[in-house]
Amino acid sequence: MSLTNADVRKVASLARLAMAETEIESARAQLSGIFDLIAEMQAVDTNGITPMSHAQDVTQRLREDVVTEGDQRELFQSLAPQYKGSPQVEAGLYLVPQVIE
Amino acid sequence: MLNSSLHQLGSALRAGKISSVELTQLYLDRIAELNPALNAYITVNAETSLGQARRADALLAGGRAQPLTGIPIAQKDIFCAQGWRTTCGSKMLENFIAPYDAHVITQFNNAGAVNLGKTNMDEFAMGSSNETSHFGAVKNPWDKNAVPGGSSGGAACAVAARLCAAATGTDTGGSIRQPAALCGISGIKPTYGTVSRYGMIAFASSLDQAGPMARSAEDLALLLNVMTGFDERDSTSLQRDKEDYARDLNKPLAGLRIGLPREFFAEGLAQDVAGCVNAAIAEYKKLGATIVDISLPNSRLAVPVYYVLAPAEASSNLSRYDGVRYGYRAPEYGDLTDMYERSRAQGFGEEVKRRIMIGTYVLSHGYYDAYYLQAQKIRRLIAQDFDDAFKLCDVIMGPTSPSTAFNLGEKGDDPVQMYLSDIYTIAVNLAGLPGMSIPAGFGSNGRPVGLQIIGNYFSEARMLNVAHQYQLATDWHSRAPKL
Repeated sequence: MSLTNADVRKVASLARLAMAETEIESARAQLSGIFDLIAEMQAVDTNGITPMSHAQDVTQRLREDVVTEGDQRELFQSLAPQYKGSPQVEAGLYLVPQVIE
Repeated sequence: MLNSSLHQLGSALRAGKISSVELTQLYLDRIAELNPALNAYITVNAETSLGQARRADALLAGGRAQPLTGIPIAQKDIFCAQGWRTTCGSKMLENFIAPYDAHVITQFNNAGAVNLGKTNMDEFAMGSSNETSHFGAVKNPWDKNAVPGGSSGGAACAVAARLCAAATGTDTGGSIRQPAALCGISGIKPTYGTVSRYGMIAFASSLDQAGPMARSAEDLALLLNVMTGFDERDSTSLQRDKEDYARDLNKPLAGLRIGLPREFFAEGLAQDVAGCVNAAIAEYKKLGATIVDISLPNSRLAVPVYYVLAPAEASSNLSRYDGVRYGYRAPEYGDLTDMYERSRAQGFGEEVKRRIMIGTYVLSHGYYDAYYLQAQKIRRLIAQDFDDAFKLCDVIMGPTSPSTAFNLGEKGDDPVQMYLSDIYTIAVNLAGLPGMSIPAGFGSNGRPVGLQIIGNYFSEARMLNVAHQYQLATDWHSRAPKL
């Protein structure tokens, strides 16, 4: 299968990965090689086969709807990424570029 | 002391012949001496390790020791350990200090073991050579021009080079077994769901499974006893009774039926590897085993299926790295989308980005049925092949890897060639079966060869028995590289 440079740009955008124009062509060539490998499975007749999504044939457990973890906001917010030398949190909130004008 | 088994170390500690502090210091000194050349560890924290050793010594003095109390264990840097930098081999988490312990870490802490440090790995466990680590490639201790395998390459190197008593690894497509084979050590990936994934940084959640890496099957059994067990915080953790994985080690092998899949001995297998594996099979015949010819007809599809399913799950799991709550944030950005895109582009390495792109593509609108659903259907065919095979045999054997360790840089530019180095290990993850690798000799270039043993679900104790009896009859597992 051969992908186009437009396909690569679209997938990079969906995956939220910035990609320079100079990187597109080599990414396209490598991804096309991988999809050639993957293409081997297209010829297999899988009519009537139930998809296997999990290694064990078990159902999800249910648990009581109760709080099992205490509030760890301060601890978790201490891990916030830095920007221009300061962690991007304020008043218990994470700081990101403005999204609403 | 460096060549002692875990059982011998435990006895020496309990008898007061050596303290945990002395043993931990012995390994820390050895790491300081040898790690600069091998790069097996990303993070060592001597004071923290020695603090744990002092607490272990108090337990030992008080007669409250368990089998692993006071023994220094290297932890793969995929396991969150509270207060320890936990990078998963990525720039994305270069400065991430884990705020809690993975279940595996808790289990070792409760057993009184010492965390000796965090081992190097392919970035987010995506790789078969350890060359995708942000912290540089690990060297194979048998030949520093060779890769150690991956993704648990730091762990395999550390065990082989005697830079720890034992180590942990994780295995999504072969990441315990392949580096174990390439570094000449023993490693087991247990049945999916046996070891909790809580606090183990996710790659492909339906395939990821943790397991121990050590110098012998006997050591693996002791480690598995500590690592396994139900954990309600992992929704795929299996509720089963606790078992003693060492219980069958000494059973004779008479009557054991070994299945040899003809697909594992076909084109693509290096002659020297085939020679070692065949010699191991001959040894098993001497031990009383019989050989059964079996077929896994869909195993040739395991690599293509894996490279749909694993990247699909990875693209979803790794969407959490957005530069907002933790991890890397780009130093310059415009709007929110630009911040996401730059943080991810700069924080992830090439192989991780490649797999995120594959996963995003196969899950995107219009392609789901052709790729993801088709792969899940073939996954069932692959699992059914094993079901059929285990009606004819007790364990399956074959090579772990098609060749001995390749040279650093040899497959760097060709992802497909790199992916094909896992052709014998991936099907086991897709089926969720337990698999292990044990040393079985050396190739023509002097690099180690691994024998893969695949068991039916929950047959780890039997597999360890099978491996242990071989290790009683041979000495490949006790060979050490000259460093």
